[in-house]
Amino acid sequence: MPAQYVPKVLTANALLEGDVVYLAPDGGWTRHHDHALMITDAVTAELHLLDATARGHEVVGAYLADARPGPKGPEPIHFREVFRTRGPSNYAHGKQERA
Amino acid sequence: MYRYSEFDAGFVRARVAQFRAQVARRIDGSLTEEEFKPLRLMNGLYLQLHAYMLRVAIPYGTLNSAQMRQLAMIADRWDRGYGHFTTRQNIQFNWPALRDVPDMLAALADVGMHAIQTSGNCIRNVTADHFAGAAAGEVADPRPVAELIRQWSTDHPEFQFLPRKFKFAVTGHADDRAVTSAHDIGLRLVRRDGELGAAVLVGGGLGRTPMIGKVLADFVPMADLLPYLEAVVAVYNVIGRRDNKYKARIKITVHETGIDAIRTQVEAEFAARKPLFSGIDQALLAQITAPFAPPAFSDQGVGGFAADYAADPVFRAFVDTNTHPHRHPDYTIATISLKAHGASPGDCSSAQMRLIADLAAHYAHDEIRISHEQNVVLPHLPKRHLKAVHQALWGAGLATANIGLLSDIIACPGMDYCALATARSIPVAQEIATHFDALKLEHDIGPLKIKISGCINACGHHHVGHIGILGLDRAGVESYQITLGGDGGPDAVIGERAGPGFAYDQIVPAIERILRAYLGLRIGRAESFLAAYRRVGMEPFKAALYGAGGAEADAA
Repeated sequence: MPAQYVPKVLTANALLEGDVVYLAPDGGWTRHHDHALMITDAVTAELHLLDATARGHEVVGAYLADARPGPKGPEPIHFREVFRTRGPSNYAHGKQERA
Repeated sequence: MYRYSEFDAGFVRARVAQFRAQVARRIDGSLTEEEFKPLRLMNGLYLQLHAYMLRVAIPYGTLNSAQMRQLAMIADRWDRGYGHFTTRQNIQFNWPALRDVPDMLAALADVGMHAIQTSGNCIRNVTADHFAGAAAGEVADPRPVAELIRQWSTDHPEFQFLPRKFKFAVTGHADDRAVTSAHDIGLRLVRRDGELGAAVLVGGGLGRTPMIGKVLADFVPMADLLPYLEAVVAVYNVIGRRDNKYKARIKITVHETGIDAIRTQVEAEFAARKPLFSGIDQALLAQITAPFAPPAFSDQGVGGFAADYAADPVFRAFVDTNTHPHRHPDYTIATISLKAHGASPGDCSSAQMRLIADLAAHYAHDEIRISHEQNVVLPHLPKRHLKAVHQALWGAGLATANIGLLSDIIACPGMDYCALATARSIPVAQEIATHFDALKLEHDIGPLKIKISGCINACGHHHVGHIGILGLDRAGVESYQITLGGDGGPDAVIGERAGPGFAYDQIVPAIERILRAYLGLRIGRAESFLAAYRRVGMEPFKAALYGAGGAEADAA
């Protein structure tokens, strides 16, 4: 039996500011992980990744990151992705200051 | 200090104009990221975890007050009001917007600075002893040689696509404060029968495969130095591996080829290249050397220094801990700690930068240094002004008397900023510093170098820390490995790994166990941690860390 697919979000950095962005369900980019599109199968994920790579005038360095469903939307799993949702731990800069 | 010639200024301006056009073409869609990335990296612009990051070179760590004020202006206008001084004497701005970077580079060019070759597989910013030209007992000021290398290597057509990045460090003092043996090429200026030359070390480096540099030549006269260095890099450029980036640094080339075989090749290359130099390098070196002549030291004595030292214990602690003997008896070298307990190592606010610039201009011959240990140095400070400088620093949170002590921690940006990091470094440094400050053990423990890297690339120099900490990702959890007994001095040593790693919330208690073990076994206060480690070895510390069964360690 094939292993269960771990859901993904598609993430990148915005071209102009470098801020972390996620592919949203409407095909645009959101700055909030919990507003991201949750991708639940490998084929769809690869298609979105190809599409994001072609949108290099909007974002840089697109990749797929593991996620799980949460009460407000997708939640990150790996600690690196958790840090990317808020910013550095030594100053309240980045996303956390706008939250 | 060195001032840009018309050629330097024109070159840097032209590069800014080129990059401005490249950024515009990236934003309007004419350039893809694949095309743009090498161009931005050539100009020091990285894309990190949360934002772009601009890395600006501070050649051999030397700044004047106008340059420091400009860094403050850049921090306020285009960034978040601070900069981060790195372990390679660079400054990094963590929050620039892509559109603003050409303006930032233009502002740097206004004060003779740039971000060229702070990334990429080329010769990087040349570092040097941060006490250069000031320390008592120096053989020679290493900065003219460092500047010669900077000019020679900048845009050198043969060396723009080396197998991997290439780092030089130069020291002119027997106390190697530039960690020369952990660089691709380390130069140690020496005199032989009165003649100035350099011992050339090659193949040092930390990272995935840490190695101490080997002596390629124990004496190269100054007249031969640049062609000799060119021969070394040329040999590496041809035989260095390009099939595997983890084996592409010159340390691997030296390791696989053997130092004697490399020496034979370098000598043949040198013989072919030396005649092509025609003395131009020596003329240039002579030109460069003059501006590095020491300032005219004043003969006004030390004023009330001795009385203040006797009367004020806080000032006395600062003098004892943060100053170093100067070549002139009425002067001192004062290190300004960027490691206040709980601060982010190496971070400096724009207000602090301006204060330091003012102090340097007013009291200290307008010279400032940035150390690879992420502190700021006033290299030429008359002792009669030290009290006034200390008071001003105190008011700005810059008077922490901890240089060379436990809380004077080197830490890379780690996963708070860096896209390559596998774990955080900064909060570990902050917590170690505040924890031991609360215990009031720092001065009792005495000289200690703790160095923290947030990944195996070792920007935090953890291998040469007396206590080194390496942050890793172990199955999705931050885990910290400890190495002991490293040393970055003249007889550099790579530290030995203590054992399994510790979780994020266990690393500070682990460091405390090591240091309590040290306090229990040392032969009096005169035996430093490193000396004690060398005497007793790893076992007592291993026992302190892991007990009999290793119960407190995770399975990393």
